[in-house]
Amino acid sequence: MKTTEILVVGGGPAGLSAAIEAASLGCDVTLMDSDLKLGGQLIKQTHKFFGSREEFAGTRGFEIGNLLFDEVEKYKKEGKLEIFSNTTVTGYYKEDGIVSYTIGEETYDLIKPRRIVMATGAQEKRIAFRNNDLPGVYGAGAVQTLMNVYGVAPGEKVLMIGAGNIGLIVSYQLMQAGVKVAGVVEAMPRIGGYWVHAAKIRRLGVPVYLQHTITEALGDKVIEGAVIQEIDNTFNLVGEPIKVDCDTICMAIGLTPTCELLWSAGCEMKFVPQLCGYVARRDAMMRTSHPDIWVAGDAAGIEEASAAMVEGRIAGLAAAASLKPEGCQMLKDKSAEYLKRLENLRAGETGAKIRCGLEQVCCECWG
Amino acid sequence: MTRKIIREHPILNFEHENKKVVKFTFDGREMEGFEGEPIAAALHSNGVQVYRITPKQERTRGFFCAIGKCSSCFMIVDGVPNVRTCVTALEAGMKVETQTGMGILKPEE
Repeated sequence: MKTTEILVVGGGPAGLSAAIEAASLGCDVTLMDSDLKLGGQLIKQTHKFFGSREEFAGTRGFEIGNLLFDEVEKYKKEGKLEIFSNTTVTGYYKEDGIVSYTIGEETYDLIKPRRIVMATGAQEKRIAFRNNDLPGVYGAGAVQTLMNVYGVAPGEKVLMIGAGNIGLIVSYQLMQAGVKVAGVVEAMPRIGGYWVHAAKIRRLGVPVYLQHTITEALGDKVIEGAVIQEIDNTFNLVGEPIKVDCDTICMAIGLTPTCELLWSAGCEMKFVPQLCGYVARRDAMMRTSHPDIWVAGDAAGIEEASAAMVEGRIAGLAAAASLKPEGCQMLKDKSAEYLKRLENLRAGETGAKIRCGLEQVCCECWG
Repeated sequence: MTRKIIREHPILNFEHENKKVVKFTFDGREMEGFEGEPIAAALHSNGVQVYRITPKQERTRGFFCAIGKCSSCFMIVDGVPNVRTCVTALEAGMKVETQTGMGILKPEE
């Protein structure tokens, strides 16, 4: 059976960062990602990131992805890092620590890692409305993949559901791609995302329907329109239904951590609304209650890619240091800097929700 | 028909002109796509949105999550059912078919 010192599950911002750090300590690292291309959400982002220079502020998401790919390439050449794309990790067997995976649709195999970093990311939430299963109702991540990675327009006129950062950013990206945006629908009485993103689409004349919800998608086989309606403070429908002309409905309701493998491994899990779902309890070095398993990125709680990259670096470094005693000093030195960077990213009013969520799952260290 | 691909973009350069165009069939109709792009993306750019019909309610299903998790885009590819077309790369000559129902597994030859 194939073996590896460190298995990183997921090749997005967190997973790539973890793999790079672990390889830098001299560990043999295997990274598996279910997609055809590495980079996760980063390669779909056309906007410039915020934060400080360490977090690539002012650099576009896909360009940050390219910087990580350069580092990955270096360790691949040195033979420290092996990458499997289009490879889905399907199970973790806690009796013997064996991991199962499929390459593409037909090849099934097993690997026995000594340590694992789970950087499995997140998946889209959905809301219930009539015909929400028709082709043309797409997740925001899917719309970004189609248009920003593969250059295929998702439709001609899109109705966006959700005025959080993803809904706002993807609306703008749709217009960059030459697609019309019929409007943005938001159940809350205010815009959830940053105003800078909201201002960009308002300047282009896109209506934002606050305190509205989608009640129905129109169409027989594919989407031919949508019906939205105003709601009151207790989410009851009020006012008249409004028919919206569109051929695509983009769902930017929010994300929830992908955590099936953490459950399989028996990691202590907790439901934390501020982190958008079930997440693993962990220490400051991102180690879960399972001594061989670390977690990083959206799988550890929904946050920005900037934080995912720093968490990935911490997890990768800590997992590697557990195998290389000589790496402990480096872990001490580097993690102090990384923790400071996380603190800065989560500072202020915008980080309050995340800080509140983390308080519920972080422990000093495992006994 | 002309494929619905993005040719002008203020930030991204897709380099479509450097990609290899391959032919494949969808329910017997010949179509063109780029080698290596997801089958689902190639179909979408050809105006195809319905990828399967559900077993019980006979509802149409298509692209949804694009990360191989939701099962919405399952199709029959070269005779194999339940292929996640959003994470399966297009190859020249592929025979892609709408999947109706659960799909039938063929015994190994």
